[in-house]
Amino acid sequence: MENVCYHMKMKSTFIGLFVFHRCTCIGCKWKNASEDSKLRFETYQLIWQQMKSETERLQEELNKNLFDSLIEFLQTSHSGLWKNSEDWSGEIKLREIPTAALILGVNVTDHDLTLRSLTEVLQNNVTPYVVSLQAKDCPDVANLLHPFLFLLMDCKVDVQSKEKESVQVIQKNVHYSMDSLSAWYMSVTQVNKHWFSPQHLHEFPLILIFGIATSPVVIHRLLPHAVSSLLCIELFQSLSCKEHLTTVLDKLLLTTQFPFKLSEKVLQILTNIFLYHDFSIQNFIKGLQLSLLEHFYSQPLSVLCCNLPEAKRRTHFLSANQCENIRRLPSFRRYVEKQSSQKQVALLTSDKSLKEETQSLLENLHVYHTNYFLVLRCLHQFTSFLPKYPLGRQIRELYCMCLEKNIWDSEEYASVLQLLRLLAKDELMAMLQNCFKVFQSSSAKELGNTAKKIEEFLAQFQSLDAETKEEEDTSQSQSKGLQKTDLYHLQKSLLEMKELRSTSKRQTKFEVLREQVVSFVDSLVREYLLPPDTQPLHETLYFSSAHTLRQHLNAAPRIALHTALNNPYYYLKNEALRSEEGCIPNVAPDICIAYKLHLECSRLINLVDWSEAFATVVTAAEKMDANSVTSEERNEVIHARFIRAVSELELLGFIKPTKQKTDHVARLTWGGC
Amino acid sequence: MTSTLELKEDKMLKVQFVGDDDVLNHILDREGGPKIKKDRAQLLVNTQKIIKKPENELEEDDQEVLKDQNYVEVLGQDVQESLKNGSATDGGNKVYPFQNRKHPEKMAKLASELAKTPGKSVSLNKNDPEITIDIPQCSKGHSASDKSQLKNNDKSEFLSTAPRGLRKRLIVPRSHSDSESEYSASNSEDDEGVAQEYEEDTNEDILSQKIQAQNRVVSAPVCRGTPSKKMKRKKTSHLVEEYFEAHSSSKVLTSDRTLQKLKRAKLDQQTLHNLLSKVSPSFSAELKQLNQQHEQLFHKWMLQLHLGFNIVLYGLGSKRNLLERFRTTMLQDCIHIVINGFFPGISVKSILNSVTEVLDHMGTFRSVLDQLEWITNKFKEDSSLELFLLIHNLDSQMLRGDKSQQIIGQLSSLRNIYLIASIDHLNAPLMWDHAKQSLYNWLWYETTTYSHYTEETSYENSLLVKQSGSLPLSSLIHVLRSLTPNASTFFLCFSAWVYFYQQCREAFLVNSDLTLRAQLTEFRDHKLIRTKKGTDGVEYLLIPVDNGILTDFLEKEEEEL
Repeated sequence: MENVCYHMKMKSTFIGLFVFHRCTCIGCKWKNASEDSKLRFETYQLIWQQMKSETERLQEELNKNLFDSLIEFLQTSHSGLWKNSEDWSGEIKLREIPTAALILGVNVTDHDLTLRSLTEVLQNNVTPYVVSLQAKDCPDVANLLHPFLFLLMDCKVDVQSKEKESVQVIQKNVHYSMDSLSAWYMSVTQVNKHWFSPQHLHEFPLILIFGIATSPVVIHRLLPHAVSSLLCIELFQSLSCKEHLTTVLDKLLLTTQFPFKLSEKVLQILTNIFLYHDFSIQNFIKGLQLSLLEHFYSQPLSVLCCNLPEAKRRTHFLSANQCENIRRLPSFRRYVEKQSSQKQVALLTSDKSLKEETQSLLENLHVYHTNYFLVLRCLHQFTSFLPKYPLGRQIRELYCMCLEKNIWDSEEYASVLQLLRLLAKDELMAMLQNCFKVFQSSSAKELGNTAKKIEEFLAQFQSLDAETKEEEDTSQSQSKGLQKTDLYHLQKSLLEMKELRSTSKRQTKFEVLREQVVSFVDSLVREYLLPPDTQPLHETLYFSSAHTLRQHLNAAPRIALHTALNNPYYYLKNEALRSEEGCIPNVAPDICIAYKLHLECSRLINLVDWSEAFATVVTAAEKMDANSVTSEERNEVIHARFIRAVSELELLGFIKPTKQKTDHVARLTWGGC
Repeated sequence: MTSTLELKEDKMLKVQFVGDDDVLNHILDREGGPKIKKDRAQLLVNTQKIIKKPENELEEDDQEVLKDQNYVEVLGQDVQESLKNGSATDGGNKVYPFQNRKHPEKMAKLASELAKTPGKSVSLNKNDPEITIDIPQCSKGHSASDKSQLKNNDKSEFLSTAPRGLRKRLIVPRSHSDSESEYSASNSEDDEGVAQEYEEDTNEDILSQKIQAQNRVVSAPVCRGTPSKKMKRKKTSHLVEEYFEAHSSSKVLTSDRTLQKLKRAKLDQQTLHNLLSKVSPSFSAELKQLNQQHEQLFHKWMLQLHLGFNIVLYGLGSKRNLLERFRTTMLQDCIHIVINGFFPGISVKSILNSVTEVLDHMGTFRSVLDQLEWITNKFKEDSSLELFLLIHNLDSQMLRGDKSQQIIGQLSSLRNIYLIASIDHLNAPLMWDHAKQSLYNWLWYETTTYSHYTEETSYENSLLVKQSGSLPLSSLIHVLRSLTPNASTFFLCFSAWVYFYQQCREAFLVNSDLTLRAQLTEFRDHKLIRTKKGTDGVEYLLIPVDNGILTDFLEKEEEEL
């Protein structure tokens, strides 16, 4: 069947589409067979599932507050109706349509998800009659009402309307473009005027929920006053996507819960795509998934990337090949070199001792991470409040820096210490308190005395309070003594005091203590915030191929095209094609030559000139080959090659036929002037 | 020193044509006078700055590059690691820079240079001072001769024309017209032809030519002056302005040669193919290596498709064969649909139809959206169902529309539909906004193959005018062969353009209006005829084929009958 189809295709010019039946589908093939591939794939699936459910949980949690307050608003907004109250304010309320304006920030893709879950929540908690409409689906009233009523009817069929009075919620997803925004608002205006005018409200309680990208002012600007006065708008602010990112990072990467880690460059790429391109958490998660996949796919030792007990168990079953892989790891080699010669031999020859060593190294790695994140958070507590944020405001920036190199070698870190030395007491105490909380929350034993130490510092600061009071008293008494002297003496004594201070520079107890705290923090950082590539076996957990990630997520097709056309040597490693920057040898593929020639032209290109130029170049190249074909035939062939190159350029979108002048084509690329 | 010399030269030129200048000033005094004066002041300044500017320009360029690099760094580009990726070499800054107007003969010049130095490469550096200075001198030479010629021919006419049109012309900013003038010098290698054209031209055209000629006088210094303007304004804004300047001029001057003069016969698809088959492919070893690299990715693609990603291939060269190999090696045991996007008759509807066909659905759908919904539900219900979609040229004319992309995106977002597609067009990524991209969930793969787009360009639409004709002719014949004799005669009558219903009745080809329509539908399906409602409500039928081809066709048919 399939073969038949295939042959048919070759003949037929009238069918562009072919279906191939053949059942019994294969499952996932984790090819690249060898090296525990199956196990690796399973581990990947396990970790990914965990990560996914964790992100979903986070999402829910973050939305919870917003949804709760929304639901509360929805439930109370129409309560006035039932009371049939006679009083004046109730009357006013009846004339208004309760409206919730949901400020979501600029981003389309993630909002779909948020709004979908909102719809779900509303359907479960408030009313089955929820209609969600998209701005782009309803450019005008007719188009708005149709899906609206359609969806509403749909709801009713489902629930067999028990209540007679129903609450409808129109949910709106407003997109970037002001066009669609205004178009949609116009439609709502119309609806408000003609359809849901206040008198209907008695029989037809309605609540609007608008999704807004920028600010609530838009509503007032787009709706005429007559309409907006009929809306009783309440604002709800959703969590900004940056905070969302921070939480996700915090829960997925800055934790020992998931063994998988990203290297500095990879993390940088992911956050940059997020910050500079789309603000989409979903995309960020996708990037994370891809890096997880790549890690497990390309690194055979990623079998060890699982929780500690399991990893230890797995080391027992490592094949000889895998042991070789471990020995080849650069980090492991560095580690071996530092060992005594006897141990070196053991590690390099005996698989058993290697496995034992691997186990202990894995454990070290685990401990390293536990401490690492605690100290990182602690350092973040100190740095995140400093003026100008020398080490970044967000913990992810700090994390990136720490991953990259020894943080204490950087200038920023020096300035942080400098700034810390200038802190006032209450600020310092607040920071210490936060740090204390961080350490307390963890159960790590190694850092247990750190928490104790911080507690001691805090106590000392508190006791300082009392002492300083005394000091102040004494200084006050001094100043009392000074009061009775005349101006001359006062000046003199003040000068003396100043000199005294500058010369002896007697530090107060507070200053001494502050110095101690700073050096304590510094020692913590130097001990625990070593960059991961100093750790043996870090390759098993860290995904570092930033280049692959960028290539697959943030590709640049235009540049690739340009490179291929402009510098064929880049792809075809033939010495004949080697050339300097910006030039091209005449033996290059036809399309490259045609492209190069067309770059010399303006908006319009004369095909005759082009083809002649092309022929000149190509003939020159052919003469080198000493072709013995008759000239007429060769010319025809060259012409055919030219036609092919030109039509290929047309397919690629560099030129198009034009009717402005006969036998001309128009350039389409920038610079076509 | 050189600058002063040049200045003198310019002055000399100006003196020579002072009479025309006076005429200009005389007319312009009413409206555009001050403008011109201003321009001239600028001019003088510019010429003085000549010497300084190239360095500055270079510096500026460097800075630009630096800036770009910064951005690239921000993006986290890893230069060291990115040996395989084409995108790494040029950081994007050099891709399509705005280019100054170039002399039309530059192409020929470049060609000859390329030809002369085989094996060795010719520098094309735009900053090369030699080339930039070359242009104005060249045009100057032309302008002198053109100018004199014009003077002789058209002086009287010029004076007699209404000043109104002239004024309109002159208000156009100088800087714009100067760049045009560079062009007007163009390939007027045969002066006779030019002269003839002038005679035939209308008054206004002569006028514009005239003025261009005058501008040419000024053109030399201005040409050199433009870069120094660059310094004054911000570079970006300058680029933008220059772009619009260039594109606002309706007239672009290139040589007037046509392919007809060149006695190259039009090639049809078959001869083209035959000719090309004689060409021995070059770099086959390297190409093979490239392909092998791509083929190593097949297993990875398979895996990633299964994990919910979709794959898009980009890069120069046809990816058809690559995908075809992917299909034959990996998809033998799966249901899959191959969609040739480059085929002119493809549509989303047909894609959806084939999907429903796979699902053994009998019956029809009210709309495309209905169909999509049905498919979605079907796939969600039955998780064991798996379907691979292979789309060659997702960016083709027929599929690049917003709606089509939306629907394909929605299809591809289904968990058990796996999409692997290729794109070729330069601007293909612009099809997708954020929403669509998140539907597609792409993973990008660069697969530069350098293979020829033989299949993709073999359809009439994608070729340039010159080889047109053969395909519809062959397809006409093809369709006609497959029809009943009745129907084919019917089409013959139709194409003979007689009032055909009557003739058909007389020839007993059709016996009622209904059968006529049935026949027509058949032709319509093959795009051989099109119906059009006229303004008076009468239906017109037309054959969307060139007259010439149609006569060819009739001749051939008559021969055979």
